[in-house]
Amino acid sequence: MSDTKKFMYINRKAPYGTIYAWESLEVVLIGAAFEQDVSLAFLDDGVFQLTRGQDTRGIGMKNFSPTYAALGDYEINKIYVEKESLEERGLTLDDLQHLVWEDEDEDYAEKDSIRLVSRTELGDLMAEQDVLFNF
Amino acid sequence: MAMLHLVNKSPYDGSSLNTAASIMKSGDKLLLIEDGVYGAIKNGKSAALLNGLNVSVLGPDLAARGISEDRLVDGVTIVDYAGFVDLVEANEKVQSWL
Repeated sequence: MSDTKKFMYINRKAPYGTIYAWESLEVVLIGAAFEQDVSLAFLDDGVFQLTRGQDTRGIGMKNFSPTYAALGDYEINKIYVEKESLEERGLTLDDLQHLVWEDEDEDYAEKDSIRLVSRTELGDLMAEQDVLFNF
Repeated sequence: MAMLHLVNKSPYDGSSLNTAASIMKSGDKLLLIEDGVYGAIKNGKSAALLNGLNVSVLGPDLAARGISEDRLVDGVTIVDYAGFVDLVEANEKVQSWL
């Protein structure tokens, strides 16, 4: 469709310390209704949003991390994680949630949503977008 | 005359930990809370800032962020909210690096 735009949501903040991460998720989910070509990028402290095993019972805040696993159901399956940001923080992909989506063109085969990209590759992806949202 | 230093910001998103760590005197203690707990991850670029310091992290803030105990720099102590209060009480002053 020619009127479909490429939307990228850029996430650079850690969860819980500020409201940005949660607000981003809210906007992504609302935006999913508009059937655009959506992708999410996680870089800098944004990579901390995707850590597995978050348990917020001790700090009295809502644990919104399970919501990332629902993105695949909204056909949001391009989740770019920047390699340099992960490494700098002592993390690997194994520290992150395993996010998947079901490809209905291939008999609902489960596929990985997270794609590890370099800073250069992320820059290339940003250059391809029509709209960038920053959180 | 010991001082308790509190850092609540990520070391990758500001200079709080860098400044606190370099200004601390021997006998002082550092407690990482909120996004400050990311500073205690082993193999993280900022982990070297903690060398030689007496460092604690607030357990509930670690758990919220999905960082398990085995990911921390060796020698870092985990405290709960009661332990936070004990640290405040045991030190003459508290310096919050906001």
